[in-house]
Amino acid sequence: MSTDSWSPYILTFVTFAPLVGALLLMLFPRRDRDIRIFSLVFSLLTFLLSLHLPVHFRRAVTGFQYEIDRSWISTPNIHYHMGMDGISLWLVLLTTFLTPLCVLISWKSVHDRVKEFFIILLILETALIGVFTSLDLFLFYFFWEATLIPMALLIGIFGHERKVYAAAKFFMYTMIASVFMLAAILWLYAKTGTFNFVTIRDQIASHQLAGFPGAAQWLFLGFFLAFAVKVPLFPFHTWLPDAHVEAPTAGSVLLAGVLLKMGTYGMLRFNLGLFPEQAHNNASWIMTLALIGIIYGALVAMVQPNLKKLIAYSSVSHLGFVVLGIFSFTQAGLNGAMFVMLAHGISTGGLFMLAGILHERRHTYEISEFGGVASPMPVYATSFLFIVLASLGLPLLNGFIGEFLVLSGAFEARAIYGILGGAGYLLWMYQRVFFGKVTNPINNSMRDMIGFEKAAVWPCALAALVMGVAPILWLGAIDPAVQDALAPPVTHAVSKVVGQ
Amino acid sequence: MTFLPAAVLQAIPQSTDYIRILPELVLSVFGIVVMLLEPLVDEEKSQKLLGLVALGGAVAGLLATWYMARSPGLAFSNMVKVDGFSVFFHFLVIAIAAVVILSSFDYMAVQGIRAGEYYALILFGVVGMALMSSAVELVLIFIGLEISSISTYILTGFRRNEASSSESSLKYFLLGSFATAFFLYGVALMFGATGFTNIALISQKLQSGPVELLVYVAMALMFVGLGFKVAAAPFHIWTPDVYEGAPAPIVGFMSTAPKAAAFAVLLRVVFTINAPGRFWLIWIAAAFSMTLGNVGALVQTNIKRLLAYSSIAHAGYLLVAFAMIAPDNSVSGISAAMFYAASYAAMNVGAFAVIAHFANTGERYVTLEDYEGLGRSAPLLAATLTIFLLSLIGIPMTGGFFAKFYVFSAAVKANLIWLTLIGVINSAIGAYYYLRIVVVMYMREPRKPVPVTPVPIGLGAALAISILATLYLGILPNQVLQYAQQSAKEILPQQAATFANSTETEPAAPVSPH
Repeated sequence: MSTDSWSPYILTFVTFAPLVGALLLMLFPRRDRDIRIFSLVFSLLTFLLSLHLPVHFRRAVTGFQYEIDRSWISTPNIHYHMGMDGISLWLVLLTTFLTPLCVLISWKSVHDRVKEFFIILLILETALIGVFTSLDLFLFYFFWEATLIPMALLIGIFGHERKVYAAAKFFMYTMIASVFMLAAILWLYAKTGTFNFVTIRDQIASHQLAGFPGAAQWLFLGFFLAFAVKVPLFPFHTWLPDAHVEAPTAGSVLLAGVLLKMGTYGMLRFNLGLFPEQAHNNASWIMTLALIGIIYGALVAMVQPNLKKLIAYSSVSHLGFVVLGIFSFTQAGLNGAMFVMLAHGISTGGLFMLAGILHERRHTYEISEFGGVASPMPVYATSFLFIVLASLGLPLLNGFIGEFLVLSGAFEARAIYGILGGAGYLLWMYQRVFFGKVTNPINNSMRDMIGFEKAAVWPCALAALVMGVAPILWLGAIDPAVQDALAPPVTHAVSKVVGQ
Repeated sequence: MTFLPAAVLQAIPQSTDYIRILPELVLSVFGIVVMLLEPLVDEEKSQKLLGLVALGGAVAGLLATWYMARSPGLAFSNMVKVDGFSVFFHFLVIAIAAVVILSSFDYMAVQGIRAGEYYALILFGVVGMALMSSAVELVLIFIGLEISSISTYILTGFRRNEASSSESSLKYFLLGSFATAFFLYGVALMFGATGFTNIALISQKLQSGPVELLVYVAMALMFVGLGFKVAAAPFHIWTPDVYEGAPAPIVGFMSTAPKAAAFAVLLRVVFTINAPGRFWLIWIAAAFSMTLGNVGALVQTNIKRLLAYSSIAHAGYLLVAFAMIAPDNSVSGISAAMFYAASYAAMNVGAFAVIAHFANTGERYVTLEDYEGLGRSAPLLAATLTIFLLSLIGIPMTGGFFAKFYVFSAAVKANLIWLTLIGVINSAIGAYYYLRIVVVMYMREPRKPVPVTPVPIGLGAALAISILATLYLGILPNQVLQYAQQSAKEILPQQAATFANSTETEPAAPVSPH
């Protein structure tokens, strides 16, 4: 609320709290246990702090809240400008929710260079929150690039056998794609003299920008390429399976849970927000790619012998739904896209944690190595089933609502696009891992989930359930923001002119 | 002295004239002191003491620059001009020299090189570079260029026992003198075409009348000479070989200070003269330098060669700023170039200081393989190098980011979309090979043990200064950029025109057709 005196600073607190934690951690002696506890406390603190956001968020209001706008650098005109609407609200919360779980799941599995690991993890959290809260294009790009290095380090230092290859591939793919976005941002700055998202949006909408019609398509593509690689949209997805397979569990969780959402968030915020006309013009081929991604991801996931690769390809499929929903330009489609983003963050984050637990015990992700795991690890099997059901979209769990909304939105827009998500691969995988004969006798002696692991996975399951039963809690804030994003460019212009 | 004719009287230098070259004087004096002290001091201690004297000289040079900055204006019959622009580059090259001297203390001891003239040559070189930045007279620029070049030729060959060092020195000398000859030829043609060697007068002449073909040729020849000095493609072939053989701290020096000075000259000449027909010349040189530099660096395994190619690429980014034609774009172009020169200096001198320390006796450890596991064996040194490399990539929070950012945003503003695209794609390619070093340091286990000696105080100070400068330019770039913007206005032609009017009463340029 505006009456709340620290309202303008809350976003700054939430964003930089993990960074402060990381800096303090640098001064810590190398006592691994203390470092773990400290990271957990700090990430939980950040989560609690971020709970302020939905509590005081005014749902019925469109536009940005908790805004702060201070001049940072005068030439070029860069502002420390942050703000939040219903779209970014939940993505920030998703980030702050998943990070403590990442700390928990890494409690036992990271034992080498523990200090560096948690420092990098906390820095990554700050960068991720910054991406979702910045309203200055420069600041946005700044945080966008800043997520790259910690993530690449997480993969490259703490990953598995082919970690260096995967880290380099991840870095190069996203780096090369984002320079096109930088070029587009520079163009916008050169013409408008500002990096302020709102100002630029209004100027474009009211046709005040000289030379814009000629450049619009290129600008749209510049932004889109950066986001499409991040999502990843088919055919830019090839870095994802490598990155996931080699990443440590916490890295996978944040990568799938939050980093991929940066791409879809960017599409929603910038491609739709700044270039609505171009978004409409390009929708057909983008939706086609999204559909190919949905089907292709599901089919390839089905034949993966590697558990993590399977989940990675399922991400390609799920994120295809998000893109499909965004470019359907319907209320339902966009709401659904937002909801799938959150649901996918929770359930895929959970799946990666569960895969990590299995890896912890057997040091392999090969599905054929397992079988009959349900009998030695009943708690684990049950948790896994719960998350799998959530992920494949069982009604009353979180996966269902979003995909349902997306499909209904897409139907509304173009009747030809109606597809049911491939759920077979997840169930088949589940059957191969947990039922049947124990193929490897070692599996019989595997320990069931321990305390830390339960503490990491169960919150995901709980969140999946709550999201499935009471989606309105989330959609209430998402809906007005989505309506605002959908508002046709003309009305923006008119209201601007009238306002003047 | 009334018996002297008025013209002669006016030509006699006043005390303010000397203040306007005070840094050069101070540095020369200290350089001579180092040379004189060298035979007098004890062999064992000579390095430290001479180094300290040289460091004192550099600090005194900085103070002299500060003092000089308070009396801007022309000196020595309009040959030298003290303005914000020249003060900026004075400060930059002297600061680079100070940091390089700091990082050389222990390098020299480790390499077993005993030579006081090493420090003296650095100071003399800086005299030439400082002179280049304040000279507004082509002949004086040439003299400055020669002073700076000859010092660097000798410094390059200072690892006397190594064949590669002598080779690099000879190569640099032969090709370098060839390039300066081009520059001199260009000066001669410019004099032939316009009748002046004073930049402001040339600018006036070119603005007032039709431009002869000879002027284009003269500009092109001068560009060849300076292009060689800044290692811009297609005059870059010498760079990897010379950098590979030269002592590592000197590479840090010669890849930044003489380059900054040559860029200063290029800025002054190109923008004050408003050189006709420069656009495609610079466009092509910039595009080629960025692309060839980055592509060449991709396959290097020797870290000095890798950074040599990277310096070619960076010369290319910087050249982008020269392609602005319209006056209001020119200001942003010039200031972007100045900012770039400063932040490139901070990160590159730092990077080479780390490399010099790590290379150890005889520069044995300079391949990528040697850097394996450095993140574990010397975490602080590795972290320092990582920051410099991230800045070279252009990651936010570092000076390298804003340097690229200003250059490219100036280019976009001037509608140079293609050049910008080539630039941003190149910086993405560049990320690959810089990161390869980071990857090797942190993500590979060492195959053979490489000894890492603790960081001595001199080097520590040099690294601290470089890091602070890199981060300062990356977080609070405002002050430096604003200063650069102000001084950029001073070298544009309209300013030159007013300056020419205000000095009508003073004697004509020493070299005139009459």
